Amino acid sequence: MPAHSKKHIRFTLNGEPAEVAFAPHKTLLEVLREDLNLTGTKHGCELGECGTCAVLVDGRSILSCLMLGLDAEDREVKTIEGMANGAELHPLQQTFADLGAAQCGYCSPGFLLVAEELLEKSPNPSRAEIQEALSGNLCRCTGYIKIYEAVELAAARMRGEEMELPKESIYGLE
Amino acid sequence: MMRLPKFEYHVPQTIAEAVRIMGDAGPAGQFVAGGTDLYPNMKRRQQTPKTVISVMRLAELNQITGDGNSGLRIGASVTLTDICDNPIINRDYPVVAKAARTISTPILRNMGTIGGNLLLDTRCNYYDQNYEWRKGINFCLKKDGDVCWVAPGSSKCWAVQSSDLVPVMVAIGAKLRFASTLGERVIDAAGLYNDDGIDYLHKRPDELLVDIQLPPTNGWRASYQKLRRRGAFDFPVLGVATWISTDRDTVKDARIVLGGIAPSPVEIKEAATALIGNPLTDEPIQAAAEAAYIKARPLDNTDFVYQWRKQMARQYTLRALRDLIM
Amino acid sequence: MDKKLNIVGKPFRKVDARAKCVGQTKFADDIVLPRMLFCKMLRSHLPHALIKSIDVSKALALPGVFAVLTGKELPIPYGILPVSQDEHALCIDKVRFIGDPVAAVAAIDEDVAFDAMNLIEVEYEPLNTISTIEEAVLIEEPRIHDYGDVGNIHKKVSLEFGNVEDGFAEADLVREDIFFYEGNTHLPMEQHAAVAHFDSDGKITLWSSTQTPHYVHRALAKVLGLPASHIRVIATPNGGGFGGKSDPFNHEVVVCKLSMMTGRPVKVTLTREEVFYCHRGRHPVLMKVKTGVKNDGAITAMHFQSYLDGGAYGSYGVASTFYTGALQTVTYDVPRYKFQGIRTFTNKPPCGPKRGHGTPQPRYALEVQLDKIAEQLKLDPVAIRRNHLVPPNTVTANYLRIGSMGLGACIDKVAEGSRWSERFTWDQSNRKLPFGKGIGIACSSYICGAGLPIYWNNMPQSGVQLRLDRQGGVCVMCGSTDIGQGSDSILAYIVAEVLGIDPFDIRVITADTDLTPVDLGSYSSRVTLMTGNAAIQAAERARELLVMAVAEKLGVPVENVSLAERRVFDVENPDVGVSFAEAIVLAESKFGTIGTVGSYTPPVSPGKFKGSGVGPSPAYSYSAAVAEVDVDPDTGIVVVERVWIAHDIGRSINPMLVMGQVEGSVYMGLGEILMEEMVYRDNRNVVHKFPSMLEYKSPTTMEMCDVKTYLIEDPDPNGPYGAKEVGQGPLLPVPPAVANAVYNAVGVRIDEVPITPEKVMRALKDKARGRGGRYGPDSVPPVAWPEPLKVLTPAEGGDGSEMPRVAVHS
Repeated sequence: MPAHSKKHIRFTLNGEPAEVAFAPHKTLLEVLREDLNLTGTKHGCELGECGTCAVLVDGRSILSCLMLGLDAEDREVKTIEGMANGAELHPLQQTFADLGAAQCGYCSPGFLLVAEELLEKSPNPSRAEIQEALSGNLCRCTGYIKIYEAVELAAARMRGEEMELPKESIYGLE
Repeated sequence: MMRLPKFEYHVPQTIAEAVRIMGDAGPAGQFVAGGTDLYPNMKRRQQTPKTVISVMRLAELNQITGDGNSGLRIGASVTLTDICDNPIINRDYPVVAKAARTISTPILRNMGTIGGNLLLDTRCNYYDQNYEWRKGINFCLKKDGDVCWVAPGSSKCWAVQSSDLVPVMVAIGAKLRFASTLGERVIDAAGLYNDDGIDYLHKRPDELLVDIQLPPTNGWRASYQKLRRRGAFDFPVLGVATWISTDRDTVKDARIVLGGIAPSPVEIKEAATALIGNPLTDEPIQAAAEAAYIKARPLDNTDFVYQWRKQMARQYTLRALRDLIM
Repeated sequence: MDKKLNIVGKPFRKVDARAKCVGQTKFADDIVLPRMLFCKMLRSHLPHALIKSIDVSKALALPGVFAVLTGKELPIPYGILPVSQDEHALCIDKVRFIGDPVAAVAAIDEDVAFDAMNLIEVEYEPLNTISTIEEAVLIEEPRIHDYGDVGNIHKKVSLEFGNVEDGFAEADLVREDIFFYEGNTHLPMEQHAAVAHFDSDGKITLWSSTQTPHYVHRALAKVLGLPASHIRVIATPNGGGFGGKSDPFNHEVVVCKLSMMTGRPVKVTLTREEVFYCHRGRHPVLMKVKTGVKNDGAITAMHFQSYLDGGAYGSYGVASTFYTGALQTVTYDVPRYKFQGIRTFTNKPPCGPKRGHGTPQPRYALEVQLDKIAEQLKLDPVAIRRNHLVPPNTVTANYLRIGSMGLGACIDKVAEGSRWSERFTWDQSNRKLPFGKGIGIACSSYICGAGLPIYWNNMPQSGVQLRLDRQGGVCVMCGSTDIGQGSDSILAYIVAEVLGIDPFDIRVITADTDLTPVDLGSYSSRVTLMTGNAAIQAAERARELLVMAVAEKLGVPVENVSLAERRVFDVENPDVGVSFAEAIVLAESKFGTIGTVGSYTPPVSPGKFKGSGVGPSPAYSYSAAVAEVDVDPDTGIVVVERVWIAHDIGRSINPMLVMGQVEGSVYMGLGEILMEEMVYRDNRNVVHKFPSMLEYKSPTTMEMCDVKTYLIEDPDPNGPYGAKEVGQGPLLPVPPAVANAVYNAVGVRIDEVPITPEKVMRALKDKARGRGGRYGPDSVPPVAWPEPLKVLTPAEGGDGSEMPRVAVHS
């Protein structure tokens, strides 16, 4: 197989069967953005040093900048575009939006998918657990605090609990 | 966008097929597991293999078998996350799980493998740079140049062994099994590493790491302490692995291995000597830490001021040894 | 009438928040146009060299390459400041730092562009380099630029307000300290990207991740030689800015030119390494501060000197230089003040504005020195600050007009929250916290927009246009750029408040030079105050039209008509009214198409002396922070456990967004004080030491501290609904509060940012040897300062003008 000609793969993308052809040296990040037009997956370094490009493959977060598109063959890939259930946002998407966890929003897709992976494994994570789980995603805007709060509120809602957000996290301390 | 150079990609299903493709590819071939070390290097044009062979679908490389009584075999393609989460490893070899948990980030550990970590390319902040940057310094000994900028008088490359698991595996006496078209061989982990930043492995490029064999846990204890700037992402710029076996309260045997300060892991025999025959109390621990300090000779090619890293060899050895006190 | 507010002060989500959480927001690199080409730029690998020749023939011959561009084709210089038009899109005769671009390629894809870039052959003649402030002061040749004050000194400033020597003579204690604040960079998660499209009518559109589309528009008109009316700049939502996307950039000019050459759209997406070369980040600043105080801590005079390492180009540097000397006077009363500053050129990526532009460095020096003074005078660090605040509604010695001033309330809050008095003592032998634990306080202030625009003009700094359509739709248009801070949302909240509708009813169109009235851009913390005031004016004008039409329809006096909950009604009989959409129909029937405008021009500053343009602002925000640290005396590693921070916001338009800005500022301040450094290899060609996300250390979740925030609301008459800024100010007190806490914890002074474990250990060793226990610089380079421009202070009866220079006769 010459290195230049396109390769064709089939896989599951956001719950739907997908096929795409692309140059074999392309990363999953490049295939998603350039060959499938799913530009919701962002990139900040393309070297595995920031976590911005995270997507879920078979339910696990991976850095799409360091995975070959070819390795997506026969696997289930989930990107930010596939996180909502139809028109209904995922609870994490709602809380990230409502609580100001997305400032510039550029790192948000990566954070959201990694947070989804966390809540899948651990429906009631402690703050320390959230910190550890999100330690591979850099954010320069928020100082992470609004992100933790959004994960905690979404987790509570997903457990069927209604959680009152502390007033101090929105209005500051008295 | 940083992009990969062009290459041919193979995903063999058996070890025999993998080593055959490698044999055919010759020096332009390269195995890849999680890709978290190779692909950044390729994007920066530090490595430009023409043939890349994935080892991720080799069944034998994806298993964990055995336990602390029998010894444990970990396939080279097992991901670091699976190491961190494995109940047997956590129960019988907590030092391995602990060291693995300090590697990079949760996302990267979902991709990176134990084999990849043990074979990690040596690192240096004159080397782990884009092509254009390296051109700016007129390249270096490890790639495209003829001077080691860390030690310009040196004929040797001083790039740093930067894996967290390497000093641990050397300290606990793990064995490594390799396959190639010439057959299999098993070696001590300690025998794999060479004190040269370029030829940092005593291994032919065509040899495939199949599994890592941890010794039975008959009474030894081990610990690991890592120095880095941040609690995630960062490679160790000093790692201290310790291992002791005891006879009641007396240390019978010991190994103290430093990583992140030289092209290979550095075993501090003097530190072991200071411990052996003594109870694990403050005085021998201080003596062992002093020995580690004396032998640690980091250079200015990682994060932090190197003189401070040397000082920290004492501190982190103290801490690692104190972790062994029951 | 003190109207009840329905929208302002409430924690609505941002109008663009959901799009960002579902991956719909189109950042610059997400834009894809048919037949688009891809650009790569070849950058210099030498820090200082003459370009002898450039051979592009091999690159042009590569299949898939459509154009190769060199500097000769873009000969007109540009730059953000009118006084520093020193950049070319591609270097023509000379390169000035590693990363300076020399040629560009447009090709069918990025792979081909990359290969073609590497086929361009450039012959250089290396020149000696200038790599430090000291070298720039001492070595005049070779000059990096052929303009500037002298040699490699870009700019010297020397100003004196009142006679500082008189002030020092009155003082009970005079201290002189030297500090160094290392440079650092913005590191937005989004790498800069731009797409240009030159169309068949000869007009060009540029989409770019820029904070300042208006300035990019002006630069393109100048450099491309096209009428400005044929250029359209659209700022895409910025994936983080922090000041790093505020200059017109070479890659923006280059893709426009390549699109003009090829007739096809051209995209450029910078690599992370290239983003480090764009830089425009925090200037490294060496500072010498001499302060006189009375025994009660009252300042009698201050002489502040700053030495800036500007890097290879002007950028905002002249303004940055003035800013290192402007805001010392707005927190504690400084009756006499002298400022001298120089900015040097060095062969490094250019420095410019980063969050807090030019003020975190002097704030660090001032607040750490004040801590030392407090200890010497045995005064409590809280008290020495609290007791000598600048009064509200006054004019400072350097002619900055202070309006509302909530710093006292800020200090009280953080002192109380941190249980300061229970935990702080100067007495090391009788500590209240265990050795290794410490707390420290610092305060600060920041501008809410610059009083003057970057280029001289009499026009407003911000414009808003509103269009109300008969279907009930409201569209607000403004040139402001959302960089994540929520400026689009602020427009919607304010218009919704005035018109009595929901913010999510409003369509917000921003940052498009074809569609939106000029706003100068997202910098200097100007956006909420300036666009907010412009939006109020536009909305009130629209409301007036609606009220007149509805009053006529209802037959009630206009004073009785109110707008709320999407209705326009009679306040005395609230059931009588019309829907908001019907009100527009009535107004359109009566007045024709409903469109209104609003604009904002800051008040005139009282300063009239040369150099008075930097520092004046419609209002000043204030912050106070207490940091709690844990310092390991065996390693020197500093962990910041918690920061209590109070911010005088005037009034929160949206408290949740204010909180987010405070927390983000604490984060960025933490990175600067603990680990972020933009440093270079002195042994290898002044190359950036580690232009990567891995080695440029940005704090992760594991380093971020707990933050306790207090919002102080004391509405400022110049702010919309009383609002002041929050995007930048809360960063400022964090670094010095941490430094003061480190001293409290282990008794060493680190007079250099960042505070790394190595420095702490060296200071601890110094102390163990019986010396001062300090780490930091101890000298400044010898600068021939010009005679200061002297200005009488307001207290001395000055009118804001400089005094005539006395002729010296021999």
